[in-house]
Amino acid sequence: MRMAQAGTLESADCLVTVAPAEGFGLDYRGGNRKLFGERTRRLVSETLERLEVTGVQVTIQDQGALELVIRARLETALARAMKEA
Amino acid sequence: MRAMRSMLYIPGNAPGMIQNAAIFGADMVMIDLEDAVALLEKDAARDIASGFLRHYDFGDLPVIVRINGADTPFFEADLEAIVPLKPFAVRLPKCQDPSDVFVADSRMTEIEKRAGLPVGTVPIHAMLESARGIENAYAVATASTRVGALTLGGQDLTADMGIQKTRDGWEFFYARSRVVMAAKAAGIDAFDTVWTDFNDPEGLFRESRQVVEMGFTGKAAIHPSQVAIIHRAFRPDAKEVRKAERIVAAASEAERQGRGVVAVDGKMVDGPIIVRARHLISLASLYGMEGGEA
Amino acid sequence: MNLVRNALGRLVPAEVRGAGAFDPYEGAFARILAGRPSPAAFPIRKPEPPSRSKVARDLQTAIERSGLENGMTISFHHHLRNGDEVIPLVLETLLQMGFRDLTFAPSSIPDSHDCVANYVRKGLIRRIWTSGARGEVGRMISRGEMEETVIIRSHGGRARAIEEGSIAIDVAFLAAPACDVLGNSAGCAGKSACGSLGYAITDARFARHVIAVTDNLVEYPLHPHISISQNLVNQVVVVDSLGDPAKIATGAARITRNPLDLKVAENAYRLIAASGILAPGCSFQVGAGGASLAVAAFVRDYMKEKGIQGSFGLGGISGYMAQMLEEGLFRGLFDVQSFDSAVTGSMVKNRAHMEIDPSWYANPMNQGCLVHNLDVVILAALDVDTDFHVNVMTGNDGVLRGASGGHSDTAAGAKLAIVVAPSFRGGVPTIKDRVQAVVTPGETVDAIVTERGICINPNRADLWEAARKANLPVKEIGDLKKEVERFTGVPEPIEMDMSRVVAVVEYRDGTLVDSIYRVKE
Repeated sequence: MRMAQAGTLESADCLVTVAPAEGFGLDYRGGNRKLFGERTRRLVSETLERLEVTGVQVTIQDQGALELVIRARLETALARAMKEA
Repeated sequence: MRAMRSMLYIPGNAPGMIQNAAIFGADMVMIDLEDAVALLEKDAARDIASGFLRHYDFGDLPVIVRINGADTPFFEADLEAIVPLKPFAVRLPKCQDPSDVFVADSRMTEIEKRAGLPVGTVPIHAMLESARGIENAYAVATASTRVGALTLGGQDLTADMGIQKTRDGWEFFYARSRVVMAAKAAGIDAFDTVWTDFNDPEGLFRESRQVVEMGFTGKAAIHPSQVAIIHRAFRPDAKEVRKAERIVAAASEAERQGRGVVAVDGKMVDGPIIVRARHLISLASLYGMEGGEA
Repeated sequence: MNLVRNALGRLVPAEVRGAGAFDPYEGAFARILAGRPSPAAFPIRKPEPPSRSKVARDLQTAIERSGLENGMTISFHHHLRNGDEVIPLVLETLLQMGFRDLTFAPSSIPDSHDCVANYVRKGLIRRIWTSGARGEVGRMISRGEMEETVIIRSHGGRARAIEEGSIAIDVAFLAAPACDVLGNSAGCAGKSACGSLGYAITDARFARHVIAVTDNLVEYPLHPHISISQNLVNQVVVVDSLGDPAKIATGAARITRNPLDLKVAENAYRLIAASGILAPGCSFQVGAGGASLAVAAFVRDYMKEKGIQGSFGLGGISGYMAQMLEEGLFRGLFDVQSFDSAVTGSMVKNRAHMEIDPSWYANPMNQGCLVHNLDVVILAALDVDTDFHVNVMTGNDGVLRGASGGHSDTAAGAKLAIVVAPSFRGGVPTIKDRVQAVVTPGETVDAIVTERGICINPNRADLWEAARKANLPVKEIGDLKKEVERFTGVPEPIEMDMSRVVAVVEYRDGTLVDSIYRVKE
């Protein structure tokens, strides 16, 4: 795995960065972090579990994205991270 | 009747726009994975489109996905991701001849089978964007029962022909005629190309009126502000609607009485005219024009 | 703090230090219909000796003469909006002169005045009684930096409070875009013209001492229009500039082109049309922009098409409403606040464009305020809940970022009160289980209109019927909430510090409708 990003900082989007790490870490930033902290944590772990990914640090800068958008951006970032250079 | 007068292109990598798709008032939306998406973002757009198709409630709004052509490395992945999610149709760019349809068709059949969907669930809307494509219009239209519409791709066509698009659009007269004729002959829909000059809404209206008169079922839009203009162009004439109502009434009356011949205003009216009249009334109902109200 | 439950089930203080005892909210018209006479207070004012000029040497001199002391109450109007330079000028002068612990009671605080927070921190201001708080002021209050509880009042409520003596203004500093040497003031002329001076009128009538501040001293007498007459004014202070004209009288607000706002507006219009309320002699009020203003465009087209003339328009007047008056779509326009430069022009030209004060506008306890005659009002919202309560004060993070304004006044008075809002904003649903701060109680809200559907208050069976007959996209508010949450997710409720009430929301009748708590870090 290498570091990779997906998404944008446009309104209603989010920028997701994934990087190899020890264990699992989530840094969820943006105006909605207090409102959707639990939801995002759950979304990220479910996605990682589904894609059988471990050892990753996920950073999300949320510009008011829908749940499905965060999930899609995370999936793209992970796929990019797993691709051979 | 399902209204298909307008189809609004929405860039596949713009979630902010896709989430508001239903608001723009278009009869259909087209999530674009092709020209509106940068090469390096094709994967991201595909994932966004999939996410929306899977989790977002578009209500009654038909969602078409324009995928990347078979000549790109993205074609297979686009189909694999999108077809199982049952979009209203897949818009297939750069159809030159029936083989382009076959390739997509067989791939889609395979994917549908794997996904447990009835074969043929997802239609193809074939884009004709080259001289060869236009010449092969009927063959493409009938290449597979999966093909539900032909559409004209004006930008690539002018490039292929080495000409400029003009305001009057004369250069497209033959191409449009051929596309419409082939679509009608094959019993499918015909959609016109986009109008790109934002500063000329009058021009858009004139072009839309023109293609309506030629028989096109609908026209693509690249900006929400174009939707109302296109709809205005499709609005049937009130007199025509009233006449159509008389025709349909006469046809029903004739059927009740077991008569085979239908006459309206002293003229004989046969099958195709009655079909057209019914279609016109359906169209009129979109504008609240039923019951004689304009 | 002793908290009691009001009729909405919300906890509110039984008293606020420095303001006295408060009753909990009992219902939108409970007080008004109870039939008790309202208390009234007239300020004890020293007569001004006869003179031919009240122009003070400078602001400092005027303040010295005013008798202002520490702990007293000062007021301002907010007609100069974000172009205002008078409030900062006066506050800075007061600070330099060594004043402390004042109660700052303007009609509202313009967004641009983050500086007010600094004057609180420096000890000049101890209490804030306002209609709105945003930006740094809002954040400061929400963080709990003020020892004294803030009181939020509606425009009608503030007028009532002033007239009954609950707000006892010691010195009113009233910016006057046109003013003569004896203090006759108006807002519709001068380089800093702002249109109506409505809010200032009530302050001028009831303050103990009134200082007119102007950058345009005209030859005596000011004419043809006088908003505040000389007999109410103690002194006149002349300054170089009241503020930035470009920000005082902005260009006319245009109808939005945002498709989301237009869709919301269209749905609201369809509901209005279906209700049958758009008949000759109708009256309405719309907001300053966005979907709320866009509804006016739809209504105007309908009125023109059907040849309907309304009785009056009310507001919060923007150029669009002034244009409708010009077109003869209303017989009269009542203006408590002018939003743009086109409105000022209309006030000057058209005698049917009338300036009103906030008591006339919306004080529920007088002999008949204008909002009680309104047919339709279109209102915005920060968020709403399934009881149809509306919050226009706090954001999703619990921080103050709005104003009560005329919201609760017009909703209570109008026959048809429609709240327009997108179904979600910034990924967060607008419809909640429970709003953090009730400003406008659900019983006064007839419909909440979004781009995704129209929610009609169950207490309006007649409206449900009309909407259904017209095939409108009506949805149960609970269903719409769930529909949106399906793709936004369900937001977690913000944890507030319930031990600290930083502000109270006073309803227009003087009772308390809700409390606003401190945000946790």
